[in-house]
Amino acid sequence: MTTHSHSVGVVTPQCAHFDEPLPLRSGSSLPAYDLVYETYGTLNAERSNAVLVCHALSGSHHVAGTYAGQAKSTGWWDNLVGPGRPLDTNKFFVIGINNLGGCFGSTGPRSTNPATGKPWGSAFPFVTVEDWVDSHARLMDRLGIQQLAAVLGGSLGGMQALAWTLRYPERVRHGMIIAAAPKLSTENIAFNEVARQAILTDPEFHNGDYYEHGVVPTRGLRLARMLGHITYLSDDAMADKFGRKLRHGEHRYHFDVEFEIESYLRYQGDKFAGFFDANTYLLTTKALDYFDPAYAFEGDLEAALAAARAKFFIASFSTDWRFSPARSRELVFALLHNGRDVSYAEIESDAGHDSFLLDDPTYHAAMRAYFQNIEV
Amino acid sequence: MVKFGNQERHDYDVIAGWVSEGARVLDLGCGDGELLLHLASTRQARGYGIERDPAHVINCLSHRINVLQSDLEQGLAGFKDGEFDYVIMSLSLQAVHNTEGILAEMLRVGREAVVSFPNFGYWRHRVSINEGHMPVSDSLPHQWYNTPNVRFFTMADFEQLCEQRGIVVLERAAFDEDRAIDIDPNNYASVALYRLGRKAD
Repeated sequence: MTTHSHSVGVVTPQCAHFDEPLPLRSGSSLPAYDLVYETYGTLNAERSNAVLVCHALSGSHHVAGTYAGQAKSTGWWDNLVGPGRPLDTNKFFVIGINNLGGCFGSTGPRSTNPATGKPWGSAFPFVTVEDWVDSHARLMDRLGIQQLAAVLGGSLGGMQALAWTLRYPERVRHGMIIAAAPKLSTENIAFNEVARQAILTDPEFHNGDYYEHGVVPTRGLRLARMLGHITYLSDDAMADKFGRKLRHGEHRYHFDVEFEIESYLRYQGDKFAGFFDANTYLLTTKALDYFDPAYAFEGDLEAALAAARAKFFIASFSTDWRFSPARSRELVFALLHNGRDVSYAEIESDAGHDSFLLDDPTYHAAMRAYFQNIEV
Repeated sequence: MVKFGNQERHDYDVIAGWVSEGARVLDLGCGDGELLLHLASTRQARGYGIERDPAHVINCLSHRINVLQSDLEQGLAGFKDGEFDYVIMSLSLQAVHNTEGILAEMLRVGREAVVSFPNFGYWRHRVSINEGHMPVSDSLPHQWYNTPNVRFFTMADFEQLCEQRGIVVLERAAFDEDRAIDIDPNNYASVALYRLGRKAD
């Protein structure tokens, strides 16, 4: 089935500017903003084949394809999206958007604050999952898309897909929520707080206005990413991949890299700190923490999901302890109690939370089967 | 008679006859979703299937069946009391360890339950045992060492359990191949179907 599938090839991001202020959940608002996005495939004449792919913490609008002349520029969900791939661009018009507060082109803390002429930095307002969804909806208006065939996302992206079905029930036919949860667990918020403290206490953070000082809180960001990486993998996956392998084949009694896992985490941390923005990391983890559609319903998730009109596909992964299958099942049952059409796949995988980005055959077969039945 | 692929499932017609129009159903061990498809087309029933096997789950998705991947041994926690008109278990009861538990759960979650199972009291099986071997037949196609079945019971055993647990047999059907068996089904039927309810409090 996948023999004729291939990448969407070379892609180019686009930018939409919005002058109408965006009211935010916090009570604040963004006076004007840019949204950077990419599209793959062709919007049909009925404008009924659009699929929005929402990104997670470190993702972006660059979902699939590559950038001309840039090595290692493959999109973060390229294995899923393309001609003949499970999210088939021969059938669907796929859209990826960099969320507000991001650091890949959409307006964020690194952008210039029109009021001061300086980078927003600490003054950038808190943005929530719902705010992102509102901004997505405005871009859909701009693109002439009244209703999305599907909104899809993994992890934090799955939360956005869920929020879409609740905020704009008539504008989504299918909500596809992968490796996500209806809200973060206490433990998840705890991990986020440690990550934030790593950044906030970095001497080069300067209260979020480090751009003006010409420095970057790389140490904090690096630690935050190292911690994150531990939680995205499973114990088994880490043991399989690194075990207790030693860099030098012996114990040398120093603090440089000895075990291979140390090398891996340092590498991942350094790489991430080299391109990601610390303020974006802070804002995004807060958006994760705040997300809780049941909050306004005294914790009653079933009541919170009553607004949804979409059909749903939910998937989780057996070794994902950051967004465990039990959290997805909460979502499934709340939808089922509301009489929604919902299917749920619990995929056996040893790769932990990261599984949702991999091309496990069962996982992709399930996604393919579901997408094939979405009418456009 | 209903035919799916090369498999004849006359039990599906019986179940469709028992299920009311537009019913909300839950099918435990739904396989590729054929029964749910059948009930949707013949009775406009809608609902969900529960299935453990990933290949079946994918086939359900292809059939546009609402399927929830789960192991029945985990019970039906998460479903509300009386959430469905019928909870159905077609030819899977014998493959579940916690028989008592799942029956109780079916009648908690469903107003009624429908079960079908291979009758181990079938005379050919008795002959086979008499000759010294565990039965292998159309209704029991596996060898003793590779069978997914973990509970071996007859219609008489099942009815005794129902009696003891306050489960009311509302309707019963029994077959030998595709032939309905009315007389002494515990001896002459290879497959049994039951529509079950709770004893009024």
